[in-house]
Amino acid sequence: MDLKALFKKAGNTLEGGVRIVKKRNSTLACPRCGSEYDKDSVLKNYWACPRCGGYFRMSARRRIHFLCDADTFQEFDRDMVSKDILNFPGYSEKLAGAAEKCGQKEGVLCGICKIDGYDTCIFVMEPDFMMGSMGSVVGEKITRLFEYATEKQLPVVGCTVSGGARMQEGIVSLMQMAKVSGAVKRHSDNGGFYLTIITNPTTGGVTASFAMLGDVIIAEPGALIGFAGPRVIEQTIRENLPKGFQRSDFLLSHGFLDAVVPRQELKGYVGKMLRIHA
Amino acid sequence: MTIFEKIQYTRSGKRPTAAAYIDALFTDFIQLHGDRRFGDDSAVIGGIAMLGDIPVTVIGIEKGRDTKDKIQHNFGQANPEGYRKALRLMKQAEKFHRPIITFVDTAGAYCGIGAEERGQGSAIAENLYEMMTMKTPILSVVIGEGGSGGALALAVADTVWMLENAYYSVVSPEGCASILWKDSAKASDAAQALKPDAESLYRLGIIEKIIPEPKDFSADTEKDAFFHSLQVELADEICTLQSKQPDILLAHRYEKFRKVGAYDRNHN
Repeated sequence: MDLKALFKKAGNTLEGGVRIVKKRNSTLACPRCGSEYDKDSVLKNYWACPRCGGYFRMSARRRIHFLCDADTFQEFDRDMVSKDILNFPGYSEKLAGAAEKCGQKEGVLCGICKIDGYDTCIFVMEPDFMMGSMGSVVGEKITRLFEYATEKQLPVVGCTVSGGARMQEGIVSLMQMAKVSGAVKRHSDNGGFYLTIITNPTTGGVTASFAMLGDVIIAEPGALIGFAGPRVIEQTIRENLPKGFQRSDFLLSHGFLDAVVPRQELKGYVGKMLRIHA
Repeated sequence: MTIFEKIQYTRSGKRPTAAAYIDALFTDFIQLHGDRRFGDDSAVIGGIAMLGDIPVTVIGIEKGRDTKDKIQHNFGQANPEGYRKALRLMKQAEKFHRPIITFVDTAGAYCGIGAEERGQGSAIAENLYEMMTMKTPILSVVIGEGGSGGALALAVADTVWMLENAYYSVVSPEGCASILWKDSAKASDAAQALKPDAESLYRLGIIEKIIPEPKDFSADTEKDAFFHSLQVELADEICTLQSKQPDILLAHRYEKFRKVGAYDRNHN
C-alpha cells in the first residue's frame, strides 16, 4: 500500500465510524489503514479489514447474511413505508433518497430465522437509511416483532445502529421509544429472552430505549455507544473528551455491556446464548 | 405567539417551576432523596404528599428560580441518578398503591461525561420500560419544556397534560436546525416544522388535555385561580384512574403508546 493512503483522513462518517470508500469497481479501501481489497476477500473476513481488523460499515442485509443460517430469514412487514406525518420540509425527498441509496424501504429489517439451528426473531437496523433513525415505521416494525415473539414464545436478537429518534416525525418518533420499550417489557414479563448487539454508532433515543433493555447486551469492538453524541457533549462542557470515551470498552468497564464480541465471533456467541435459553 | 416564541417563554424563567406546583397543589409534602445507587440529583425532586385527601407520590424536574437555585438544580437537566431516583420513588408508590403525579420541565437530560459514564441512556430506557407496567395510576403534566428522552422518562403515563404554552419535542429547535440545515439561527423554522406545541400534540393524540394558562403568572390572583382549578382537575383525574382495575389501567396505558405512529404500504 502507498504511504499517502496510510495518512489519509477517514471519510466523514456517522460519528467517527469506519466507512467504506469505494474504489474502482469492486475494490474496497479500508479507511482506517488504507489497504485495498477486492470485495470477496473482505467478505471472507466478515466485512472486516484483513490487515488492520477495522470494520467496514455493514448493511442490514449483509449482517443477516452473516448471522442467520443460510436461507432461513423470512422478512416481516417488508412493504411498510413512512408517511410525512408533519409535512416536514424535505422529508419526502429524504425518504425517497434513502430508499434509493440503500435499496431498503425503511431503517430496520425484521423477521424470523434460525441461528445455529435455533428459531429466533431478529431485527437489524440499516445504517444507510437516514442513519438508522427511528420514526413510526422503525418503531412499529420492532414493536410488532416483539409482540409476535411474545405470542410465539420466541427469543429476540436485535442489532442496533442508529443516530436516534427521527426528527422529521417530531413527537411521534419520540413516542416510539416508549412504544417499543413497552413491547420489550411484555416480552420479558412473558419469559422471553432478548439479546442486543450494539454496533457503531448507536446513540440518542435508541440507546435510551431498546438498545439498553436486553437481558444480555453485547457490542462490536470500537462501537460508539451513548445517549448524547460526542460533539454535543464537547459543545456543552467545552472540554475535549477522553480517549475511548463512549466506545465499547468504555461501556464494558462502566458496567453497561456484558461483553465486547468481534464480528467474526458474533454468530457463535449468539448461537450459544440461544441454546442456553432454548 | 409563534411556536418558537412560546418555547422562548417556557425558558424565560417567568413561569412557576415544579417546586412551585408541588407547593401550591399538595399538602404535607415530604421530600425523599437519593437513588440508592450513586447519589442525589437535585434536578429531580420528589417525595410523598397529600392531594386533598389522597396520598400521592410527586416527582418533578426542577429548574430552579434564581441563579444560585438554578445552578443548584443543574438548570433542570437530570443526570442518570435523577431518573433512577424517580424510578425508585415510583416503585415505592406502586408498592403502597399511591398514584404518581409528575411535573415535566426540562430542556433535556444532561449531556456530560459523568452522565454517559453512569449510563444516561440506560437510565432513561429503564424508566420507559418499568413505567409501562407500573401497577398504579400515573399522571404527567408538561409544565414548560418537554425536552426529548429526558422528558419522556417521566411521562410514560396514563394521562399526559400540557400547559397551553408548554412544548414537548423529540429535539430542541436549535439542535434540529443545526443538524438539518447547519444553521441554529433557523430554530424558529425548525420549531414550526417540529410542531411541538400543545395544540399540535393534542391533535396528534399524544396528550389528553391542554391546561389554559394565566396571561401573567406573576399576578397572584390569576396564579391562585390557576392552581386551584388545576388541583381540582388533578384530583378528579386521579380518582378516575384509581377506579380502573389495574390490568385494565395497564392495557390502556400500553395501547395509548402502542397506537402512536402512521405508515403506508408500498408493495413495489
